[in-house]
Amino acid sequence: MTKPVFIVSREDWSLHRKGYQDQTRHQEKVREAIKQNLPDLVTDESIILSNGRQIIKIPIRSLDEYRFRYNYSKSKHVGQGDGDSQVGDVLGSEPAKGPGKGEGAGSQPGEDYLDTEVSVEELQAMLFDELELPNLQEKDKKQLHTSEVVFTDIRKKGIMSNIDKKRTILENLKRNANAGQPGIHGISPDDLRFKTWEEIHKPHSNAVIIAMMDTSGSMGSFEKYIARSFFFWMTRFLRTKYENVEIVFIAHHTEAKEVTEEEFFNKGESGGTICSSAYQKAIDIIDSRYSPAMYNIYPFHFSDGDNLTSDNERCVKLIGQLMERTNMFGYGEVNQYNRSSTLMSAFKHIKNPKFQYCIIREKGEVYDALKAFFYKPEAG
Amino acid sequence: MQSHEIKELERAIEEITEIAQGFGLDYYEMRYEICPSDIIYTFGAYGMPTRFSHWSFGKTFHKMKTQYDFGLSKIYELVINSNPCYAFLLDGNSLIQNKLIVAHVLAHCDFFKNNMRFSNTNRNMVESMSATAERIRQYEIEHGTEKVEQFLDAVLAIQEHVDPGLIRPYRRGERTTPDRIKSREAAAESGSEPQTGYEDLWSLERDTHSKPEPITVRKFPSQPEKDLLWFLEMHSPELEDWQRDILTMMRDEMLYFWPQMETKIMNEGWASYWHIRIMRELDLTPEETVEFSKLNSSVVQPSKSSLNPYYLGLKIFEDIEKRWDKPTQEEQERFGRRPGQGREKMFEVREFDSDTSFIRSYLTKELVEDLDLYIFEKKGTDWKITDKTWMNIRDQLVYSRVNGGFPYLVVDNGDYKRLGELYLKHSFEGMELDLKYLERTLPSVQKLWGKPVHLETIVEDKKVVFTYDGKKHHRQFI
Repeated sequence: MTKPVFIVSREDWSLHRKGYQDQTRHQEKVREAIKQNLPDLVTDESIILSNGRQIIKIPIRSLDEYRFRYNYSKSKHVGQGDGDSQVGDVLGSEPAKGPGKGEGAGSQPGEDYLDTEVSVEELQAMLFDELELPNLQEKDKKQLHTSEVVFTDIRKKGIMSNIDKKRTILENLKRNANAGQPGIHGISPDDLRFKTWEEIHKPHSNAVIIAMMDTSGSMGSFEKYIARSFFFWMTRFLRTKYENVEIVFIAHHTEAKEVTEEEFFNKGESGGTICSSAYQKAIDIIDSRYSPAMYNIYPFHFSDGDNLTSDNERCVKLIGQLMERTNMFGYGEVNQYNRSSTLMSAFKHIKNPKFQYCIIREKGEVYDALKAFFYKPEAG
Repeated sequence: MQSHEIKELERAIEEITEIAQGFGLDYYEMRYEICPSDIIYTFGAYGMPTRFSHWSFGKTFHKMKTQYDFGLSKIYELVINSNPCYAFLLDGNSLIQNKLIVAHVLAHCDFFKNNMRFSNTNRNMVESMSATAERIRQYEIEHGTEKVEQFLDAVLAIQEHVDPGLIRPYRRGERTTPDRIKSREAAAESGSEPQTGYEDLWSLERDTHSKPEPITVRKFPSQPEKDLLWFLEMHSPELEDWQRDILTMMRDEMLYFWPQMETKIMNEGWASYWHIRIMRELDLTPEETVEFSKLNSSVVQPSKSSLNPYYLGLKIFEDIEKRWDKPTQEEQERFGRRPGQGREKMFEVREFDSDTSFIRSYLTKELVEDLDLYIFEKKGTDWKITDKTWMNIRDQLVYSRVNGGFPYLVVDNGDYKRLGELYLKHSFEGMELDLKYLERTLPSVQKLWGKPVHLETIVEDKKVVFTYDGKKHHRQFI
């Protein structure tokens, strides 16, 4: 038998990038998957409860590769001990699943968490990409021109408060280097550089959102959670996308009052419900502070629909008055069990296209509500 | 690696090769390639340096590479079953690491060359896979990356469902026409049944004119068909030519990988057994001996929640050697076993067995106790040891290795309800399927078949049929 030959070699692999290319494709697909999961992520407690500040990253499961496989936790497995294993020994345990908690590190295979993570900002960018304030109109162009200052040029002359230090030092370095004495020294007036600016005039659309929430006793924790999730994203959305949007917060039970943002998101109340109180309050605020001639106005009301029956007629009337002053009126009803609510039965007869409503039965529908209220007109 | 280091490595390989040959190991020519970690991990993720591109490989690559970067795991070596046999060594391995790996790799190559399960393996797979990758690339250009990717997704989801049986080689590559296609073609030639794609309608019309012919219920397929990929390739009314082509190529790749999945424990045990024996023959310095022992124990260390195939395989092989070298009085009398045949028996086992028969025949009561094996399962939220009966342990291990560890499905009916729907059956062997995964995988089959698909299995001792019709899932107890 002849001796088998062997060859030892070392090629240049630097062009072999396939692994990285396919890794990138996987990450792209993870992003696509996140997009498809937006309805669930939008109501993710870890984001809402932290006000979107503390939590910076959400771990995202890498894409599963589905195939026919055995149920790991329902089958038997063989393992190996140190020599004294006994029947009944516990090898490990999986923590019981709590609400909102991820699965603990079990021995179950296939549950891959990849270190692909999305920040709230990224998530928000994906979400907001699909939203827009509907029917936004330019109000009273003359008055609402805003001016913006943009630094556009660097000059040798200017006022000292506008000195551009970095460029000045660079000029000094350049001059000294040319003179054969490198370093920063002897800054002369010739080195000084100043920023100059231009004023840009832009026509602007001002908008105000009136966020109204039912805080009566009938609003359970689920209802409040849903309403707050909606308003949480709404405020973030408006503040990210529009420069001149003001938000007025109104909480109501039998009475309505204007509250701070902090109170709006955190305070619980109790008692009965008279929705018209909120609508009246909204009208008062509009009339005293936000002239419809100057503002795009969007009132939104979230409730469980459980209103004092005798108040419904008044509600319909006030909504009519509100719509005269506003671009639209959005009503969101959190109605877990899909019962017919007193408020909705009254609102059914409103035929004005400015009236938009949305019924939310489960968490995932907050996303739909956002999309329904802040719909983007079809391009073209 | 410096050139003098390469010289040193070459000298070591020469010595090891000689020793291995002296032990009777029989391997192909070897090509050792030294490469950086990301390349080794690419090959590891793809299973082959030249394989086609797919995001799932990218995912595996990323995971493996990350674990390596954090120092959690390390592949020192990778070996490709081909002739010549390729072994990739990680750049940065120490000389002693490389010595161990070379010894290990030679035993793998011997196993590839001599084990029965590999007898049909295409030894030019490196080139074949490269050609496949090129062809898939062309299809991407022709039909769009997205479309090809979606098709690959569907095929990869069911890629394990092939029939690697050794006695039906007609399925390998060449296309033979099974009965139904033949009879259809015959019918088409005689003009009795026009092949328009509207057969259902024609037959409706015929029924109104003439008496219905007596229905001969011919089963299709006549026998339950295990090779789902092959069946789809042959009979799916849905596929375009390029799709059929990809299906064929993917099936060939799976058939190439299959013997490795069926002999994992044996193959790793065999390689571990020999690297230890070969290293003992080398003249190692004390430092080298210590480094070798550390490395070796990290390779063959047992684990609590899963079995280390290196360790288990090694122990079984060593046990075989011992029992055939020094048979007991009883074994000598009952089986006529003569002493001193350990090695001979080992070589026989490496030739004829696969993991299931290896464990069934050679995992003894003494070994189960010696290794402290046990059965564990989930009770409530705990994973608990529930059984230490040696026969149950052995059987459980065998079950877990049946069909490469994948559920055994067959095509029971390709014309279910006479509507051309696909009816699959799971041959239930005591282990339930993951239902979430089942429902996510059925759409892939439906996509490839084009009509509703059904899968019958057992859940909580009841027969259940899962159906996906292209839009919705249904579950039905029967």
